[in-house]
Amino acid sequence: MASVTQNFMKLFRGSSGGAEAATPQAAQRLTRRSSGLGELSRLWDSDTPLCVLDLGSTSPANIRFFTEGSHKIYSEDLLVASTEPSLVTKDEQGNVVLDSRQFLADNLVYPAAHFDVVLCWNLPDYLDESLVRPVMGRLWSVLKPGGMLLAFFHTKDAGPDSPCYRFHIIGKDTLEMQRIVLKREARRGPTGAVHTAITEGFRLQRVFNNRHIETLFRDFASIKFFLARDNVREVLVVR
Amino acid sequence: MSAPLSADLAQIGKSVVIKGELSGSEDLYVDGQVEGSIALKNNSLTVGPNGSVKATVEAKGIVVQGKLEGNVQASDRVELRKSAVVTGDITTQRISIEEGAYLKGKVDIQGKADKAAGK
Repeated sequence: MASVTQNFMKLFRGSSGGAEAATPQAAQRLTRRSSGLGELSRLWDSDTPLCVLDLGSTSPANIRFFTEGSHKIYSEDLLVASTEPSLVTKDEQGNVVLDSRQFLADNLVYPAAHFDVVLCWNLPDYLDESLVRPVMGRLWSVLKPGGMLLAFFHTKDAGPDSPCYRFHIIGKDTLEMQRIVLKREARRGPTGAVHTAITEGFRLQRVFNNRHIETLFRDFASIKFFLARDNVREVLVVR
Repeated sequence: MSAPLSADLAQIGKSVVIKGELSGSEDLYVDGQVEGSIALKNNSLTVGPNGSVKATVEAKGIVVQGKLEGNVQASDRVELRKSAVVTGDITTQRISIEEGAYLKGKVDIQGKADKAAGK
């Protein structure tokens, strides 16, 4: 039996090999252990109802997981929201960027110190450069002091074609990963408009090294790295 | 897709636009546009695939196939079908969400005890 890890590694290295390009990868779901999620599970195993913000694609599994535990879950797909055409603008040098002020006026609009946990998944790696720092700043403010944020970062060995996944929680420390394919429905923004500008899945925008990650989360109280075998570092930060 | 025909089902067709307060004591199928508020205390609302509802909704059951923007409160259950695009907070006793549905908002599951306590 080909191990799950082997299959995962094959997919994670992208489609440059060509052999898997024609396979229905979107239908494939891969499982992986998540040490960061395992740490977080201590929180939702307690009797205290939590307020959780899931920033990945809408996941019925995640909503079920948290609501069955009497927690409140908020779902907001920031990657899809970032494809809103009206966000495109130019900076002072004339470079095309996304309008971070407008983005934060339309998204992540919550009271300060509202959430116990934010599930960022792989958002920072795929989000447009102009949005990364503003979004992390907003996440800091909506997290409660002592609240935790989980994010995944690729290592440079992952390669630029690393597919973007959505993450479904299927156990205390187990995730199911489903490759994001941007169908028409999936490209609807918050206004319901269909975005046709993107014809393929989200692309890896950059690779953060450890120092970049520490800088990104410098306003947080602590940061913990978990190294995985699949060219991903899991990062758990505490506000 | 057409709505199931029923004697107790009111329908708003896809060319109809309504602004204001909607309330009633029969199930409602919306395939057009509604803006305002919808109150169907003991009945169900279905937003069809062409439907676009921008309203606060209170109903027994709510099924969304189209677009719904506004806070939603269901005394029984909410179903988001795969083509659903929902922006708003959902408060319900039970929820089912199909793969592909888009949700931006909170999901708050309230048990009967919570409702009685007014939480």
